[in-house]
Amino acid sequence: MNMSYKEYGQLVKKMSPGSPIYKTFPLAFLIGGTICSVGEALRLWLSSMNMSKEECGIWVSVILIFITAVLTGFGVFHKIAKFGGAGTFVPITGFANAVVSPALEFQTEGFILGVSSKMFIIAGPVIVYGTIAAMASGTICYIINCLGGNI
Amino acid sequence: MKNKRGVICFKNPPSILGYAAVAGDMEANGPLKGKFDKVFQGDMDGEKSFEKAESKMQLFAAKQALKKAGLSPDEIDIAFAGDLLNQCIGTNYGLRELNIPFAGIYGACSTMAESILIGSVFVSSGYVSKSIAVTSSHFCASERQFRFPLEYGGQRPLTAQWTATAAGAVVLGKQNEGKVNVKAACVGEIIDYQIKDMNNMGAAMAPAAVNTITKFFKSTKTQAEDYDMILTGDLGQVGSAILSQIMDKEGYPLKGKHSDCGLLLFDRQRQDVHSGGSGCGCSAAVLCADVLKRLETGKLKRVLFIATGALMSPTANQQGESIPGVAHLIFLEGNIGHGNCD
Repeated sequence: MNMSYKEYGQLVKKMSPGSPIYKTFPLAFLIGGTICSVGEALRLWLSSMNMSKEECGIWVSVILIFITAVLTGFGVFHKIAKFGGAGTFVPITGFANAVVSPALEFQTEGFILGVSSKMFIIAGPVIVYGTIAAMASGTICYIINCLGGNI
Repeated sequence: MKNKRGVICFKNPPSILGYAAVAGDMEANGPLKGKFDKVFQGDMDGEKSFEKAESKMQLFAAKQALKKAGLSPDEIDIAFAGDLLNQCIGTNYGLRELNIPFAGIYGACSTMAESILIGSVFVSSGYVSKSIAVTSSHFCASERQFRFPLEYGGQRPLTAQWTATAAGAVVLGKQNEGKVNVKAACVGEIIDYQIKDMNNMGAAMAPAAVNTITKFFKSTKTQAEDYDMILTGDLGQVGSAILSQIMDKEGYPLKGKHSDCGLLLFDRQRQDVHSGGSGCGCSAAVLCADVLKRLETGKLKRVLFIATGALMSPTANQQGESIPGVAHLIFLEGNIGHGNCD
């Protein structure tokens, strides 16, 4: 085959259909927007029951995670995600699905070596780097406050 | 002659005595509906795991092929078989009860052609009189090993292929015992054009198919017109388009003779498989459910079956390695003509 790797790479790029963004972008906006609107509706409902702002935030997250877990368990979530793309992936629903789906699938390997050890194969990096980022920003805030700042 | 390396023209071409194909329900609802020996229901067909379901499919395919050949397992001298799972567990557990001398092989999606090819060399040489080639793949078992859990909500790119839940088996015996002969073969080289996208396996495998097909054409002094069908498996839509473009450039145009197992097993308009089917079960099932029957009945006379494999390891891929491809070819001819391969 008389072709350099670079030429072949260019040919592959030309022949490979890209993601149809005219369709995926609006769908992500629509479905992601719907999820966020549900979250906001929940927050308004909870705050009408005299909950503090912090408590409302926690409960909204818990409810959205619960709904995602149930939908994942019933095999519905990935069908919504197929259309929603980043719309379902970016909100907390994506994180919940990333934990529940391997936990479900690896049941066949048992509770220790399957469910619990495989539970974080996808979401693990989010937890690790989320924690590191929180520690780093906390340290920076602490130093600034020590120097007389106020954040 | 350098360009003859890997090309084998059998002096005593072995023949195909029996074959069988099984498929999952999605595959059985595709264009080959009604042509499979058995359809397995759901992801597990009553088994406790995807892997067990794959083994069950493979065992059924082997037994059914033996039944159709009118043979029992103890009449088979050797089995060459494999699948996509680590340590080829689909095969090891699937075929263990048959007690056939067994050599496991791994050629990713090229395994069907590879197992028939090796079996043919053994039979043609006279060291064994009958061999069996079996392969399988299972969508769910492959996804969890190579990619993501089933319920994970991710979007698959349009270049991605769908691992078929299917299995196929072929029983080989002496020349003209069956209606289809394996006239020639070509063992593929490992060809790597530095594709790193594991969602574009067709592109990773296409250069291997080009290499094997052109080598076979050169060595046997034939071209696409000399065959009724040039069947690759499984380049999918993207890989097939790349193949035909490069073959034109190389001076060996496929001229409408080309079909791809990944495009024959599924209907891309109706079924959500993106670029087409893949997995060793895909080419095995297309060959055993459809193509061999057409060769037997004389609807097809000369077929080149080139199963392509993307030798993709998630570990190597994460370490930044590209995906090598390999393509093995077998030349099948209906019993009507007894010409030599060259």
